[in-house]
Amino acid sequence: MTAIAELAMPLSPGLLVVLGGLLVPLLPVALARLYVLALPAAVLAYTLALPSGEHAAIAFMGLDLQLLRVDKLSTVFGSIFLIALFLGNLYAWHESDRMQRTAAQIYAGAAIGAAFVGDLVSLFVFWELTAIASVFLIWAAGTDRAFRAGMRYLVIQVGSGVILLAGVLFHVHGTGSLAFGHIGLDSPGGPLILIAFGIKCAFPLLHNWLQDAYPEATVTGTVVLSAFTTKLAVYALARSFAGTEMLIWIGATMTAFPIFYAVIENDLRRVLAYSLNNQLGFMVVGVGIGTEMALNGTAAHAFSHILYKALLFMAMGAVLFRTGTCKGSELGGLYKTMPWTTGFCIVGAASISAFPLFSGFISKSMILTAAGSEGHYITWGVLLFASAGVFHHSGIKVPFFAFFAHDSGKRPKEAPWNMLLAMAATAALCIGIGIWPDPLYAMLPFPVDFVPYTTGHVITQLQLLLFAALAFTFLMRTGLYPPELRSTNLDSDWIYRKVLPAIVRGIGRGIDAVWGSLTGIGLALVSVAIDGSARNFGPNGLVGRTVRVGNGVAWVTALLLVVLLVSYAAS
Amino acid sequence: MAQHSSPPPGETRRWLDEPRNVTKVVWTLVAVCALLFLGDLLYEKHPHFAVEYLFGFYAIYGFVGSVGLVLAAKWMRKILMRDEDYYDRDR
Repeated sequence: MTAIAELAMPLSPGLLVVLGGLLVPLLPVALARLYVLALPAAVLAYTLALPSGEHAAIAFMGLDLQLLRVDKLSTVFGSIFLIALFLGNLYAWHESDRMQRTAAQIYAGAAIGAAFVGDLVSLFVFWELTAIASVFLIWAAGTDRAFRAGMRYLVIQVGSGVILLAGVLFHVHGTGSLAFGHIGLDSPGGPLILIAFGIKCAFPLLHNWLQDAYPEATVTGTVVLSAFTTKLAVYALARSFAGTEMLIWIGATMTAFPIFYAVIENDLRRVLAYSLNNQLGFMVVGVGIGTEMALNGTAAHAFSHILYKALLFMAMGAVLFRTGTCKGSELGGLYKTMPWTTGFCIVGAASISAFPLFSGFISKSMILTAAGSEGHYITWGVLLFASAGVFHHSGIKVPFFAFFAHDSGKRPKEAPWNMLLAMAATAALCIGIGIWPDPLYAMLPFPVDFVPYTTGHVITQLQLLLFAALAFTFLMRTGLYPPELRSTNLDSDWIYRKVLPAIVRGIGRGIDAVWGSLTGIGLALVSVAIDGSARNFGPNGLVGRTVRVGNGVAWVTALLLVVLLVSYAAS
Repeated sequence: MAQHSSPPPGETRRWLDEPRNVTKVVWTLVAVCALLFLGDLLYEKHPHFAVEYLFGFYAIYGFVGSVGLVLAAKWMRKILMRDEDYYDRDR
């Protein structure tokens, strides 16, 4: 045991967070609140001090496991995960639910652990742990909807892990290597591993678990959920599938189609889930292009995205917390009593829209520039359209319908101090990164040769965004803008929530009908046989009825006559 | 851009509660957009693609793209929209 403990040194930051998280249920709530702030802060300091290289190699049951690989890519993802955990815990300070607080630490620890592993088996273990730990954040909402959405989420997430394991088996069989490095589609297990990553990354048609489950989680749970699962998948893609051209098309599709849904979706947390999907598309395009600039862009965009997306979910969470709803059709005018939340939401909106001086601007532009300089004409056009589109729904629609628009008459209290503090810190980071990107650029996997703030770049970006705002205004003033309606919009989950159950029910009804008619025929035959027997052999039947003696003698005589004739003829 | 608000009685009206002021905000946006459109004169273009040479390309693309997005999404509602309890009804 000591031998294993020594071999596992230095400990993976992810394991530290998971083990630290296991202590949470043992602590009194007041202490746990402080503890979960100290934990990620201490582990972040520890992480940044780790020497780069490969550590903690363990031979376990004949497998060469590598629990800690420190390089720039793992450190940038590990660090932002820890920052997100800190901010999420601060946001959830008021929460006294031990289960949620524990689940959040273990979930984040698993994602951080996965970012630091160097072999595919350890990746699989952490991959599944993120799925199992995170579902409690959905179930904790306590509603029937949340329970069912959590079940669907769990099946899909665990399924992704099973597919990953199958792919890893093929990969190891074909290449003899367990290393979590570049895999590519040429490896025998490559396609399966790509599908497993793609499910967690919410590729088109594999995406709907995200929009289905995240908006059903608790106020604080969604903030935590938004940070880890999908960005872990982006990290895994960058590790194993950089330069896979198919990802450019997949990513471009991902940026574009969710924004149509976001425009007509009423639940504002679900709008944010669609825009999360759209932002992942930018990162996937960066992985697909695979140049140094593009991969830097992906890592930088993941970093800034985790912050502004958390900030937007925090603001909508505060609205849900205070008003009990997050539906655009029920909200409006909240800026009057929730001015701070409004302000922080606008900072998040400006960041996701990539306004100059906000974080999205300095990261998304790297991916667009990479797409442009590699000559991906159509992809570049789609990304530009998606950039205008994301401003439309996350930048304008979310703050507008929640805080402005028509006055709903709701006058909720401002968010609790801990939520405000968490939002303020996150907003400060969004602006800080936007104004001074160099520290982030220094953390990226490759040397950065990119200047975000050029006159041309600032002007073109402002043109794109403000004319998109003009379009919104034009559509609102002319009444062309579709109103917020209480509704459900069909997405790919329709297939497994309606069509497949209907097919199964149809098959069941078919079996029922065939069974019914078969047994009907059988019963009819039996009753015909019974009726026939009853007719012939019953008390009044031809054979069964009693006859008088005279008639009986006549019968016997007739029979004797027949026998006589037959034997005469035969002789 | 708040519109036709109905604040509870006794509450002081905010600046944005006046439709007049909302209109002011809209016209300010229009003015800023007009200036930005002319912003293309201020710098030398180093585009990746020929289409970027078009004067005000980003502005036009942003406006047309956004209007197209919203109108397409509005049309999608005809096919995709169901009642709020659509998935709960089978139980």
